[in-house]
Amino acid sequence: MLKLEKRQADSRLMSYVSPLIAIVLTLLAGALLFSVLGHDPLHALYTFFISPLTNAYGWTELGIKVAPLLLCAMGLTLCYRAKIWNIGAEGQFIMGALGGSMAALQFLDAESRWVLVPILISGSISGLLWGALAAWLKTRFNANEILTTIMLNYIALNALLYAVHGPLRDPAGFNFPESAMFADAALLPLFSDDYRLNISILFALFFTVVIWTVMARSWVGYQIQVLGEDAKAARYAGFNTNRLTWFALLVCGALAGLAGVAEVTGPIGQLIPHVSPGYGYAAIIVVFLGRMQPFGILLASMLLALTFMGGEMVQIEMSLPKSLTGLFQGMLLFFLLAADLLISYRIVFQPRTARA
Amino acid sequence: MMKKHKNWQRWVTSAALALGLSTGAMAEDPMKVGFVYVGPVGDYGWSYEHDRGRMEAQKFFGDKIETTFVEKVPEGADAERVIRQMAQSGHDLIFTTSFGFMNPTEKVAKRFPKVFFEHATGYKRAKNLSTYVLRTYEGRYVSGIAAGMMTKTNTIGYIASFPIPEVIRDINSVYMAAKSVNPDVKIKIMWVSTWYDPVKESEAANALIDQGVDVLIQHTDSPAPLMAAEKRGVKAIGQASDMSKFAPNAHMFSIRDDWAPHYIKTIQEIMDGTWKPEDFWGGFAEDMLVVASVNDNLPADVKTAVTKAHDDIKSGKLKPFTGPMKSNEGKLVIEAGHTLTDEELAGVNWFIEGIDATIPK
Repeated sequence: MLKLEKRQADSRLMSYVSPLIAIVLTLLAGALLFSVLGHDPLHALYTFFISPLTNAYGWTELGIKVAPLLLCAMGLTLCYRAKIWNIGAEGQFIMGALGGSMAALQFLDAESRWVLVPILISGSISGLLWGALAAWLKTRFNANEILTTIMLNYIALNALLYAVHGPLRDPAGFNFPESAMFADAALLPLFSDDYRLNISILFALFFTVVIWTVMARSWVGYQIQVLGEDAKAARYAGFNTNRLTWFALLVCGALAGLAGVAEVTGPIGQLIPHVSPGYGYAAIIVVFLGRMQPFGILLASMLLALTFMGGEMVQIEMSLPKSLTGLFQGMLLFFLLAADLLISYRIVFQPRTARA
Repeated sequence: MMKKHKNWQRWVTSAALALGLSTGAMAEDPMKVGFVYVGPVGDYGWSYEHDRGRMEAQKFFGDKIETTFVEKVPEGADAERVIRQMAQSGHDLIFTTSFGFMNPTEKVAKRFPKVFFEHATGYKRAKNLSTYVLRTYEGRYVSGIAAGMMTKTNTIGYIASFPIPEVIRDINSVYMAAKSVNPDVKIKIMWVSTWYDPVKESEAANALIDQGVDVLIQHTDSPAPLMAAEKRGVKAIGQASDMSKFAPNAHMFSIRDDWAPHYIKTIQEIMDGTWKPEDFWGGFAEDMLVVASVNDNLPADVKTAVTKAHDDIKSGKLKPFTGPMKSNEGKLVIEAGHTLTDEELAGVNWFIEGIDATIPK
């Protein structure tokens, strides 16, 4: 007979193995699902997970999706390590895109690449200010950051819609809700004209290293760890918890804002109503799937990016419905939560004993 | 050995495809036609009708063509990848069916000069990129006739999405038609800033009814306004697809989009090598707009007037935007005897005389 038994201490091994178990179970469940739908499961899984990456173009497209996920996820990691449950990366991303676009639209005739500097900075600062609002509400009024950041996401979205339907609308665009196309000089440089991949992936990798160094090697990072493990201990040790809250939310806001401005000056090239397909929310899954470790987060963001692309491939190649993307993401989370049980518990086999 | 040889061939072909070298299909292969939709095919509105057009084209050409589609494509950075993947995987012709796909389609068209692209409702064209759009104002004219005759409060409500020329044009069309049968008629416009949001559309419908509106016309895609009309006992007209089943009493008729004639014509042109980039407009005359499911509960004179307006527009006898016509700011916008060209129709940014509203800036 199988029985769950509490471990004496959380299993470190299990916390790394659990995402792998989740992925394997997702693949098995996916295969079952495909065969019920009447498709060869191996071929379908191949189309979903492998075929998007069989050429250089696929890899560059993966990079385009990984960059914003990674930037948002690293910012969120900083918050979550301190147990500040910031759900607001989406709004900070949107404000970054909006602020960056406002700057980019001032430089429609620009010919120098240097205009990118003020554009990227104004995007990051817009995101940072949006994070600052949440930090102020939390430190000044002790408002729950889960609620405030979710609400700020909706405010950001409506600010974006207002701007793109109103003041930032392209005057030559027949009133359609989108801005003018940015100048070529205001677009992030590409690695090659054949692909859309731009230098935002370098920003993402750079800040992954920076955040990780801060977390693992700096005094601030140590304080954040302590705050997350035990808030009382942090206060007792004399750490300024308000200042730490400000720090985590500002950095996260700036990184998400950078991701946002990199999206409009990257693959999109203008401000439109749909700048984000939900990167800020997907990044939350990435953080937990990646175990709040830099390498894990990198892999998790690649996997999540792949589910978006695979969903498109099975539609084009096999006429399967789009909902498969959401289904795979959902199964992944579901199995991960289930497998995470094994971090604190273990399964023991108990032979049936005769009654005494 | 035979099998090995074939495998080898397949590898070379897929490698070539992956490199984007081979775009044109071989003579014996079916022509590959791709469709990119913004909504789910089950939205019972815009994307649903495009997909019906696809299926009819498939039925018409049989195994001479192979069609694929991708639904729910967000109008952001992802659209370009989807369109490009289609171009890369050997599609010969790709229809992108939402305004937000304009810039991505243009970018991909530039990169794949041998693939043909058709973009619905946009204004950017190229050597291998056409645009196509419906003369929705023709359907609105017929709607305006029925609304003008049916309203007892002399107030028509218009649920509008965005102040783009298509919507402005159609509001004018409804009003001029209604006024031609009812000189006292007024029109109230409510902007909802969405194409599809049942909750917002329903709220707008109820707000208009509260203001005395008893006939609703919608420029949004969900059946919610019809359902609101049914509940409140007023009349309404269905948009894009046949919405009769959502409001058995309130539904007067639907102006249904039918994209099949254009899809069949375009595919045939590509097969014959006669395709040219153009800005295509289809309406009653091309059977791309249809007056569907006229309700039996309409008075006979309204039915007759609806049929007459439809037939006159279809035959070309009636052209709604013919001068002299003044804007509601008193400016002469169409000279006497002139009928707006398609190019001029695409830029309409004024309300005609009598509409008590301004275009949101």
